Amino acid sequence: MIPTNAPALTPLLFLFTGLFIPLAAFKIRKLAYWLALAATAAASAAAVSNIFRVLDGGAIHYHFGGWLPPIGIEYVLDPLSAFVTSVINVIALIVLIHARRTVEADLPEGKHVPYYALVMLMMAGFNGIVLTGDFFNVYVFLEICSLALYGLVAVGDRKSPVAAFRYLVLGMIGGCFYLLGVGFLYMSSGSLNMADLKAILPVLGARPEVIVALAFMLLGFGLKMALFPLHGWLPDAYTYAPTATSSLMAPIGTKIGAYVLIRILYFVFGLTFITKTVPVAAIIAWLGAAAILYGSIQAMAQDELKRMLAFSSVAQVGYIGLGIGLANPWGLVGALLHILNHGLMKACLFLVAGNFRMKLGHSRISRLDQEARRRMPWTTAAFTLAALSMIGLPPTVGFFSKWYLAWGSIRNGSWVFLAVILVSSLLNAVYFFRVVERLYLKPADRPPQAEKSGGAAGGPSEAGPSMLIPTLVLAVALLAAGLLNAFIVKGVLLKILPPGLAGMNP
Amino acid sequence: MNPAGVFSSLIPLWAVLVSLAAVPFILLSSRRPNLREFWTLAAGLVMFGCVLSLLPAALRGQTAAAELFEVVPGVRLALRADRLGVFFALIASGLWVLTSCYSIGYMRGLQEHKQTRYFAFFAVCLSATMGIAFAANLVTFILFYEILTIATYPLVIHQETPEAIRAGRKYLAFTLSAGVLLIGAAVWTYQITGGNLDFRPGGLLAGFTLAGKTAVPLFLLFLGGVGVKSSIMPLHSWLPAAMVAPTPVSALLHAVAVVKAGVFGMIRVTAFVFGPDLLRRFGLDTVLIVITVTTILLGSLLALRQDNLKRRLAYSTVSHLSYIILAAALLSGPALAAGLLHLAFHATMKITLFFCAGAIAVSLGRENVSQLNGVGRVMPWTMAAFTIGALGLSGLPPIDGFVSKWYLGAAAVGGGRPWLAGVLVLSGLLNAAYLFPIVQRAFFRRGVGLEGRREASAWMVVPLILTALLSLGLGLYPNLFFDLARRAAAGIFGGF
Repeated sequence: MIPTNAPALTPLLFLFTGLFIPLAAFKIRKLAYWLALAATAAASAAAVSNIFRVLDGGAIHYHFGGWLPPIGIEYVLDPLSAFVTSVINVIALIVLIHARRTVEADLPEGKHVPYYALVMLMMAGFNGIVLTGDFFNVYVFLEICSLALYGLVAVGDRKSPVAAFRYLVLGMIGGCFYLLGVGFLYMSSGSLNMADLKAILPVLGARPEVIVALAFMLLGFGLKMALFPLHGWLPDAYTYAPTATSSLMAPIGTKIGAYVLIRILYFVFGLTFITKTVPVAAIIAWLGAAAILYGSIQAMAQDELKRMLAFSSVAQVGYIGLGIGLANPWGLVGALLHILNHGLMKACLFLVAGNFRMKLGHSRISRLDQEARRRMPWTTAAFTLAALSMIGLPPTVGFFSKWYLAWGSIRNGSWVFLAVILVSSLLNAVYFFRVVERLYLKPADRPPQAEKSGGAAGGPSEAGPSMLIPTLVLAVALLAAGLLNAFIVKGVLLKILPPGLAGMNP
Repeated sequence: MNPAGVFSSLIPLWAVLVSLAAVPFILLSSRRPNLREFWTLAAGLVMFGCVLSLLPAALRGQTAAAELFEVVPGVRLALRADRLGVFFALIASGLWVLTSCYSIGYMRGLQEHKQTRYFAFFAVCLSATMGIAFAANLVTFILFYEILTIATYPLVIHQETPEAIRAGRKYLAFTLSAGVLLIGAAVWTYQITGGNLDFRPGGLLAGFTLAGKTAVPLFLLFLGGVGVKSSIMPLHSWLPAAMVAPTPVSALLHAVAVVKAGVFGMIRVTAFVFGPDLLRRFGLDTVLIVITVTTILLGSLLALRQDNLKRRLAYSTVSHLSYIILAAALLSGPALAAGLLHLAFHATMKITLFFCAGAIAVSLGRENVSQLNGVGRVMPWTMAAFTIGALGLSGLPPIDGFVSKWYLGAAAVGGGRPWLAGVLVLSGLLNAAYLFPIVQRAFFRRGVGLEGRREASAWMVVPLILTALLSLGLGLYPNLFFDLARRAAAGIFGGF
């Protein structure tokens, strides 16, 4: 691979795989899955190797068609985008390994090929948003991944079209806001290139149209990120989408929104603008804190495991929002680390929900009992470990996210945020523990359920290796990434910090 | 304790890992109980051996340290076997060996279900306890503290009855909340010290000028964090509830390992994080003294009202743990030495009493004090051991409880707070009031339904006799522990 065009290769790889799948798999349907998997594996390998390349050699810029920015479109692989692409591609790879069986179970065979094609388009969109250095290009990729996602959600169960429609409407509104914001920005600055805007904005100062542009762009991606109170689309979409879609969306989708927020706030508008000129950072932090409490409390009330996890996602996105809004190095490190950590945790939990659905035919909390645990001991163990991580117990990853976020809060003297972070641990404990307790202690009070798909009724039947191994890999990663987090933080995240923050010493 | 006396050694790490390493073996041999119990005993003996091998260096004032990798910037996962740590580890690992023998008798005697799970989590708990004893900084401490919280839960709910599940929830609600407070306190300390969380004799925060509005809330956070496990009032109510656990769990974890991890944490916080000067400046030692005196007296009074034997012992534990915290709060060398002695000696006495309670439950199926009439006739060894423990807890010579209480009283008087000696005497009387009636019922009243009943199996009786003899022996020859405790205290407060 030629290093200079590395930023553009990943989105193009996914885009062309997405277009190629319907052609190649026209005769042999099975090929669709393997093509998608191969593309994701290649992208993951490239993304991980790019991290090292970027950390050693600095950011890689690629100009599409040779046109120089600000006229042409620029793709930038800097430490931040390298980190986020690694997270999303590796998690997508692990989830896709798991997805083969659930897609076979959830969807009629005729839909497999378009499904994987859409997954590829979605990944193209995600990677494109992260790698582009141009605000309008972000919009293009946003629409690509959103359109793919509407389709991916809508193929789920009976209620999924409604959920997808709701997602569509809100997603469109979000997209429109973002586009309007970009328009305002272009109107006042005459540029769409991020690096270019970074130089122009200080000159413009706090003009009304710049403030409106910022507000609209944040609104647009706040919706994409499902930051409270813009999360309305998320619970239904996660709940009713097919297992594979929700396991892809939950760990990855909201992170893209968080990434764009970080990019806009810290790398384009800059620290002074977002804290002094227009204090949007504080607003985002408060919304994050509200999201943590709201999401956690809602999660307690849910009976469907996937829906509980969805509300838990609202809360976890709140952590990222809170970290972003703290506007100090450790808050941002916490937010970035939580992008990785929550990706791992949520992926693991959704895979567990998928395993339950596959083998038990449901993932209703009130129907889980010892019988489920007896039949699926490893899946249950993975769930327990992920639950401990969500609660934030050391040495799992969740503890360290909280550590940095709490530290960031204390640095700012924000005692309310510290209290929210600590209390939310206990709220997480309540709603996760409710499930763990059932799985281990609730005696099975009825004959074993006959499942709808495969497996001997009543007999012990753990999920198959293609589903179990990804789940366990993620569970082990929760411990490994937790113990190694100092390396991640010092080796990668501290180098990501934007100019205004990197100078602030711990 | 000076940095010059630190040498690199992996033994503290082995002490932590050995029982963790035993867990897979225990799980794999679930179908062969004898092999499974062999792993537990082997791990216990190896762990005890590791700790013993650290003892000579600790007595000489040298500290074995094992530094692992960084977990948060500036803070490593690090173990240091300082005197204080060796002291605690010695007690916990030594009593684990005896408790393992006892567990075998108890679990088989009652034909308990899920014994593999029981032995596996027991091993994890001990691993965490060693980690707490040897933790060199707050992050390492919290890591093991939380592992201990989680690993104890399956032992508390072992019976899986609705009552046990309720007790488990209560236990988790209390201990997880405490963990959260402790994490908050640690992060705050991290911010104040600029990334240094190493325990330092005389206080990690001693070199920093803290305003009262920082120091007092920070101390309260720490107090909440370690106060739950050390069951100071009003944070104690999980402990009596947790008595639904099998008796060996109550004996080792809820009289030695878990609760004393809390007390040990309290000593770490007062002497190694805050330091005496800071505590005195803001009157925090007085706060602690008031809390502990209240707990000592109220705990004993509540113990009087319990009919369930284990609950009575639990309230007694609540009260005795506060003796140790009181000693730490007095902020003087002699007081801390006395407190450490009580940490060790209370362990030997209380574990004896719990062992007796378990033996009675296994062989007679009785759990209430009012059902114990005449038990001494059929279980003479058990009740003799119980008598020794009861005498010791009331602070009568020649049992070891007398020694520690004597020194504590002397330190209180020497520290200018003679009224505390009065509290100790009063509490000793209350101890006698709730423990002696049990002895009196057992030996001097006539019981019914005891025909043909005998002592429990030797697996149970031998350990409880050994712990009783240990209590007696340490009362007569307290020198080893006294030396270690005195030197540990001298390392913090200077020689005396």
